[in-house]
Amino acid sequence: MAAVELRGVTKAWGETRAVDNISFRVEPGHLVALLGPSGCGKSTTLRLIAGLEEASDGVIRIADRDVTHAPPAGRGIAMVFQNYALFPHLTVAENIIFGLRVRALDKAERDARLKEAATILGLGKLLDRKPSQLSGGQQQRVALGRAIVARAPVCLMDEPLSNLDAQLRVEMRREIRDLQRRLGITMVYVTHDQVEAMTMADQVILMREGKIEQDGSPADLYERPETIFVARFVGAPPMNVTPLAGLAGAEAAWPAPPDGLPRERAALGVRAEHLDIVEGGLPADIVAVEYLGGETLVEASLGSHRVIARRPGKIAARQGERIGLHVPEGAAHWFDMSNGRRLSGPA
Amino acid sequence: MTAYQRATVHGWLLLLPAMSCLALFTHWPAVASIIDSFYSTPRPRRPSRFIGLDNYEAMIADPIFWRALVNNFWFAVGTIPLSIGLAILMAIWVNDRIKGQSLVRMAYFTPTILPMIAVANIWLFFFTPQYGLIEQVVQLFGGNATNWLGSGDTALFAVIVVAVWKEAGFFMIFYLAALQGISPSLGEAAAIEGASRWYYFRRVLFPLLMPTTLFVLINAMINAFRMVDHIVVMTKGGPDNATILLLYYIYQVGFSFWDTAYAATLTCVLLALLAIIAFVQYGWLERRIHYR
Repeated sequence: MAAVELRGVTKAWGETRAVDNISFRVEPGHLVALLGPSGCGKSTTLRLIAGLEEASDGVIRIADRDVTHAPPAGRGIAMVFQNYALFPHLTVAENIIFGLRVRALDKAERDARLKEAATILGLGKLLDRKPSQLSGGQQQRVALGRAIVARAPVCLMDEPLSNLDAQLRVEMRREIRDLQRRLGITMVYVTHDQVEAMTMADQVILMREGKIEQDGSPADLYERPETIFVARFVGAPPMNVTPLAGLAGAEAAWPAPPDGLPRERAALGVRAEHLDIVEGGLPADIVAVEYLGGETLVEASLGSHRVIARRPGKIAARQGERIGLHVPEGAAHWFDMSNGRRLSGPA
Repeated sequence: MTAYQRATVHGWLLLLPAMSCLALFTHWPAVASIIDSFYSTPRPRRPSRFIGLDNYEAMIADPIFWRALVNNFWFAVGTIPLSIGLAILMAIWVNDRIKGQSLVRMAYFTPTILPMIAVANIWLFFFTPQYGLIEQVVQLFGGNATNWLGSGDTALFAVIVVAVWKEAGFFMIFYLAALQGISPSLGEAAAIEGASRWYYFRRVLFPLLMPTTLFVLINAMINAFRMVDHIVVMTKGGPDNATILLLYYIYQVGFSFWDTAYAATLTCVLLALLAIIAFVQYGWLERRIHYR
């Protein structure tokens, strides 16, 4: 098992800083998700760890060894690419043992590792096929197989599930997580899908414009978002974040902002499931009602703002109807609008 | 008329213009050459008559024919592997992110767009004895004077150099297109596994380029038998038939000596050669090549 650590790492192309002075640590055997919208620098960060890009500044350590300037092959990593990067002219077996051939491992060892990986991934019957004869999920498994036989302590994954259909994605999510635990691999997993990050990772690093917005457990990010950006990125539907200035004349129904924060700079964040619909609450007009079976999403307008409440079961409410909204004690997250950062709120 | 019949008629009508041109200018001349090769050449007082295999017997006894065949073999051996190798090398180089990429690509492609007659005239100057470019450089380093095109030992080599120079840039374009269709993540995956550039080329890039190589190989083979423009300008097959190639010999026999029946006989040999090459390449090589 090996830890991965980045300290003050920057990647700049001319004036643009794709990755801007980021630091984080991945504990041995943990799965860390690098999460963020496209262009946030998460893939570049992964490529820096892999050695496919050279850092402009900072230090990268893998297994307590400085690998900042080491070639990709000298870092003790395996990588699964978004498009799987399978060699189309080689069979599944040859694809899996490609790296072992490069390293000139003897045939017995190669066969043993291939057999083991094929068993783990259920690829036994497909070993003689070419990648083009496989489905997307099977190709994904072959790519995983190549990472497994390398026996590298660290595995890097660049949006590995984005080319699969929704159902397969759910299955592979669990499979990759199981595999990672079983083999004790340290995994860095890039994704733009917050559900993937939340369900799989021990630790989520949310990035934006080359910087880290928040680094914490999935629960941290959901329950205690450090910035408005995190609050709106994590969770579906996103957290309701409403500037208090837009809610004039309703002080009684809403929690008061913490001391020291002027009303005009304060923004109130409430998770949809914490927003109550009550008699005599803050009046709002229903814009849309989405019935999802187990729960109902009610979207309402508060003046010029829209908020979403998630209520269990079916709600007898119609579009245009006036309802009252209420934020219970302890459910409010307060943000300072001037810098987008969190002030206080439920722990 | 049913809809099916009408569609059939329309289909054939659409094919007709191209098909009639092909038949008129390609298929019929080929068939006519085969027929003519069994007849004597018509003279003003002696119309052509059927002479069976006499033309072929004369051909087998013709030392110049054998000379042309051997020359053509060496010309093919000299130009094909060299131009393909250079093309791959140049393509890989300009496919990398280098400064002045498009300028370099254009420079490599320039020989292809120049007319062969012009190119041959430029090279004629390069090879000129005493004051030609190559001689000037050789003399600068105190080398011996060589009459590149005038000596039977070097003339074929000289025309091979010109052909390679002309062809490599053209083939590079195909390799460049093929390389750009190969995902860069394959190279990255190989790099992570520790593969050297040479290993990656040998085990991944070259096999993936095989369909292109087959296509280029066929073109190169055909060109080796077809390219005679620079022979006309530079050596006219000389000295002492040292650079005579099959097609140039056919041209000489047909349009300088006006022995059309013998030219037709030689043409049949050329056709047969090309047919065999095409058969081998499409029948045998293609089965061994990976297609996505």
